[in-house]
Order: sequence, then C-alpha cells, then structure tokens
Amino acid sequence: MYKDLLYYLIFPGFIFISVAGAFLSWFDRKITAWVQFRKGPPVLQPFYDFFKLLLVKETILPAGGSRLTFLMAPVFALAGASVSGILIMLPALGLKSGFSGDIIVIFYMLAIPSVTYMIGALAAGNPMASVGASREMKLIISYELTFLLIVAAIILKADMSIKVQDIILAQVEKGPFIGSLSGILLFVAFVFCMQAKLGLVPFDMAEAETEITHGSFIEYSGTAYAFIRLTKYMMLFILPAFLCIILLGGFRTDGIHLLWTVMKMIGVVLLITLIRNTNPRVRIDQAMRFFFIWMNLLVIAAIVLIYFGL
Amino acid sequence: MFHFGGASCNNCDIEILACLTPRFDVERFGMQLVGTIRHADVLLVNGSINQKDKVRLLELYEQAPKPILVVAIGACGCTGGIFAEGNTFAGPVDKIIPVDAYIPGCPPKPEAIIAGIVKLLHK
Repeated sequence: MYKDLLYYLIFPGFIFISVAGAFLSWFDRKITAWVQFRKGPPVLQPFYDFFKLLLVKETILPAGGSRLTFLMAPVFALAGASVSGILIMLPALGLKSGFSGDIIVIFYMLAIPSVTYMIGALAAGNPMASVGASREMKLIISYELTFLLIVAAIILKADMSIKVQDIILAQVEKGPFIGSLSGILLFVAFVFCMQAKLGLVPFDMAEAETEITHGSFIEYSGTAYAFIRLTKYMMLFILPAFLCIILLGGFRTDGIHLLWTVMKMIGVVLLITLIRNTNPRVRIDQAMRFFFIWMNLLVIAAIVLIYFGL
Repeated sequence: MFHFGGASCNNCDIEILACLTPRFDVERFGMQLVGTIRHADVLLVNGSINQKDKVRLLELYEQAPKPILVVAIGACGCTGGIFAEGNTFAGPVDKIIPVDAYIPGCPPKPEAIIAGIVKLLHK
C-alpha cells in the first residue's frame, strides 16, 4: 500500500516525471538558444517559473466565462498527464507489470490534456481563446487518427499483445522495433504526432504567440497557468518516454544501460527541438492535410510492411 | 515581460528588441517576451503617453496579474522628454501607474536596459 503510494506520487510517478520534464524543458530552451547563437536560461529557470506562478502570482478569473470549467480544466489536464505517465513508467522500469490493454488506456489518457486545454479555452470567453480552441480541436481530429494507427501498428508488430510490458519484452527478444523498415516509418510519423501533441512549431497554431497571443492559454494566469505549465513539462517527458518504449526498445536501468536510456530520451528531445527551431508554423488546413493524407499513408504503408514481416 | 509601446518614435522599441537578440540575450536571466499580459511579470512602457494611450495603459495595468513590475524606458517614459509640454501629453508613466524602475536615455543602450532589469531581479 505505502509502496504503491510511493510509486504513484514520488518515483517514478508525479514528482519524478515533473522534475525530469522541467529539466527537459530547460534543455529545450537551451538548445533553442544555442541554435540562435544565444546563451540561454539557467538550469533552474523552469522551477523558478513554476513556483513563481504557483505561489506568487494572482489568478484572474474571466468575467464573461464559466469559472468552474475554466479552473478545473488545468486540474484535469494535470491528472490525465500524470496517470498516463505512471502507466508508462511502471512497466518501463519493470516495477510493476501493468494490466492487459494498458496501451489503450495510455492512448486515451494522452489525449486528455489537449482536450482539456480546448475546454478551458472555450470557458475563458475570449475571442482569441475560441480561435485557439477551434484550431486545437481540428489539430486533435487530425493527429489522433494517425496516433491510433501507430498504436495499432505497434500492437500488430508485437504479435497482437495489448500490454506495454509484452511490447517491451517482444523488443528485448527481437531487437528494438526501429531496426526494421516499418519501424522507421512509424518513428517518423510518431515524431510528427508528438510535435502536434506538445504544441510545438510547426504545429503550434493553437497557441501561436505572434498571431493569436497564446490562443488557448490567453486568459490563464497564476496557479491555473502553473498547472498548465506543469502539464506541459510532464508531457515533454511522457511522450518521448512512450516513443522509447514502443519503438526504441524500452528502458534499462542497470549499470551502463542507465546512461544509454538517458541518451535515448535526450536524443528524442533534441530531435523535436531541432524540428521546432528549423520550421515555420503551418496553417491549420495544411496541418490537417499533412496528417490526414501523408502521415496516415505512411503508417498504413508501415502496417502493410509489418503484415509482410518487414 | 510584456512590451507596451506608447506614442514612441520607435527608437526605444528597437533597443528593446536588441536586448532579445543573440548579442545581448536577456534569456540568460530567464526572461522571455510573452504575447499576453496575463503571463507577464514585467511591463515595459516606452514612449510618451498621450490621452489615448493613457486609457489603454490603465486597462492593461488592471488586467495584469499582480505583483507586476513596471519599467519606464527612455526619456519619454521617465519624464516626458521633449513631449512634456505637448497638448495631448498625459503625464509621464509614474503619474498614471506605479513604476518600479526608470531606465533613462534617448534611447537607452541595451546595456542600460539589461542593467535596469537585472536590478529588478534582486528585488
């Protein structure tokens, strides 16, 4: 009982994921600064930002919106992110075996933060937030199908097992899934889905600072915004971790393999940071076409390849 | 950090932007330009404030989540500069909202802006 609580709240649950995610968010900002020949922020900057928002700043409620929905949306986002994080990290580190079908639960939990951002934005009663919410909705519609197809392809590749632990074990036996042609196609599609889920350039049209001034988050301040920031930090850890588990062969924490695990995570975050720094923001219709036609075709091609055993 | 430009001659605006560029880079101190006042901790005000700007500046200050630091940049923001005796001039920034730091100059060099902002960091 106490051990479960420890797992869920401290390691590898809530606090571990938040701290690791905050570190990755610093890494992201630092790499962005280096790409632009700048110096970049100090290591503790994400922590300063979070605690400043949580403890010091005033939370302003919108006069024209639904206050309860506005305030509850970040809480649900945080809950969705932490539950999916725990479900991913427990089998990944071999602490608990998970249950049959947990990859499907993870898939739904990962969708919760985006949906709650949208609901919170619609409750804010701000025209810019509505524009952001409508774009977020279109983006969810476009990338979730691709994401579901990727999960289906992984399940097919792991001999129809719908348990995260079995997927990891299948990779331990046969080598990581990315070592095959279909694995590479799935990796490419997953990286773009991740970019859209994290709201990074080229798919950040829901919170475009320069045109709709942070869109969905425009009315958030203080503690509510701190929760959103924390969710963003956690998602920046959870999605690369999920990618490592389903395609890159999972985590190992014994001896020198720990270093290799950390390298995998940092490599994936480096990749998405470089993509976000070298691309322009696309329009929402371009993003929808990109996911609906090209990414879905890519994943379906991967599924056909898996069927032929490649 | 949120940037409010009053009726400025754009010179201070350009010096503020220079602070964000690779040569000066205020992100070293963890500062980023944000798009909405709700996320801001520092409100930069430059340019002379005329009657129409005054209404907007007050509205912006009321929308800001407290505590917020206000920085008046440039001679116009601090004292009114050459516009101080103009018809439409509505007073320097500190007559309208409380100001935490003044960065004088016409325009202030980016080094001066960074020096002023770093003083606020220790506040």
